[in-house]
Amino acid sequence: MATRQYMGNGLPYIDLSETTGHLIVVEGSDGVGRTTQLTLLRSWLEVQGYGVIETGWTRSQLMSKTIDLAKAGNTVNALTFNLLYATDYADRLENEIIPALRSGFIVLADRYVYTAFARAIVRGADPEWIRQLYGFALNPDLVLYLHVDVNTLIRRVLLADSLDHWEAGMDHNTGLDPYDSFMKYQGRVIREYDRMAEEYNFVTIDATRTVEEIQVDLREAIAKEIDIPHDLGLDRVEIAPHMV
Amino acid sequence: MAELDVKHNLPGRLIIVEGIDGSGKTTQASLLRNWLSAQGVPVFWTEWNSSILVKSTTKKAKKRDSLTPTTFSLLHATDFADRLSFKIIPPLKAGMVVIADRYSFTAFARDVARGVDREWVRSLYSFALKPDIAFYFKVPIKVSLKRLLSVRQKLKFYEAGMDTGMSNDPVESFELFQSRVLDEYDRMAEEYGFHVMDAVAPIQVQQKQVRAVVERELHDYLAPYIAKKNAAAVTANAR
Repeated sequence: MATRQYMGNGLPYIDLSETTGHLIVVEGSDGVGRTTQLTLLRSWLEVQGYGVIETGWTRSQLMSKTIDLAKAGNTVNALTFNLLYATDYADRLENEIIPALRSGFIVLADRYVYTAFARAIVRGADPEWIRQLYGFALNPDLVLYLHVDVNTLIRRVLLADSLDHWEAGMDHNTGLDPYDSFMKYQGRVIREYDRMAEEYNFVTIDATRTVEEIQVDLREAIAKEIDIPHDLGLDRVEIAPHMV
Repeated sequence: MAELDVKHNLPGRLIIVEGIDGSGKTTQASLLRNWLSAQGVPVFWTEWNSSILVKSTTKKAKKRDSLTPTTFSLLHATDFADRLSFKIIPPLKAGMVVIADRYSFTAFARDVARGVDREWVRSLYSFALKPDIAFYFKVPIKVSLKRLLSVRQKLKFYEAGMDTGMSNDPVESFELFQSRVLDEYDRMAEEYGFHVMDAVAPIQVQQKQVRAVVERELHDYLAPYIAKKNAAAVTANAR
């Protein structure tokens, strides 16, 4: 494994030399199917004997309640949101991710700083500022990017549930109806992800296909990264009925 | 977005006070507030770490002792961003004088003393407005310690920097931690053009200097208020 590095200035008071685990990120739009894929990845890796810890965006002990509260009210602007997200990530990084990597776990991250970059930039943040803000973030070993076009995405999201205020970007697209706002917002977010795919070497995976096809691609990419020697289980993607 | 280096062009004026705990900056800032108000100047007061959004989170986290130097820093930046949007920029747009008891420099001093990267914390706050006047109340640690302990029994956990683990003795920890904070303030005094005040001098002596600086630096802004007050005094005398 290459030496673990920070994305920028880093945390001067933390020693990364013993972080022997793997940090694997799954990125992609709201409703693209990340959670389903992560659940399948986790059980596959555990069958292979790997210790797995999942970490999810905005789900830190410190901040999840505050972020939910902020979303429920309408008193928070884009700048404050960027900082709430960064605080959430910092708490998970220091209290979950780094300790898990030190203990040799595979950390599966449901979204990562790239989500923060995309959302912040679409809401008008300075791209340089938001990257400097996350200068303390860890570079992941692998970023798996589930890519869909916005036309496929909207149908999936509508079939799963109704349009969400934040997922439709209605906090900043004033005057648009939910459909138009979703298309505009998620379209721009996808363009940001696509731009970053090149900048940060994402493994881009076509997520318009079936759950099984996507899962096989994800497993192949992970097997290559962490050198899983045998029995990939690539041909045996078993999916519980509720996930289809 | 490097606004900390750029003069704002809002109609109001931003005055900030900085210094370690026990430097007397709050005393001086509130005396300044009273004086400005007495001149008929509309004054708005704001304090560090006081936005409703973040306050409860910070409080809970401090109790649980789960804060790291970075989450500590980010929480305070979030609080500051919230106050900047709702408490600092609106009164400045309304042409008021905003007095801020502590500003981003508090974060630059404390967070670096806790171990975060000096450059990172400065870029974090690059959305902040440059103050029109920044006072730094410089005081030796022994003096601030004596002042704090004369009004209460115990030093607070974070104020003493007990989270840094430098010492288990609160007084010793305070001295070690706050001397690092002092070093950072001294470093900034030139970088950001602070008006450095001798915070050991008698209160009224310091206040006289503070008012002189404000009168000089905000001369154009204050002129209409002072003219109005003088006119009122003349009318009263004539009666």
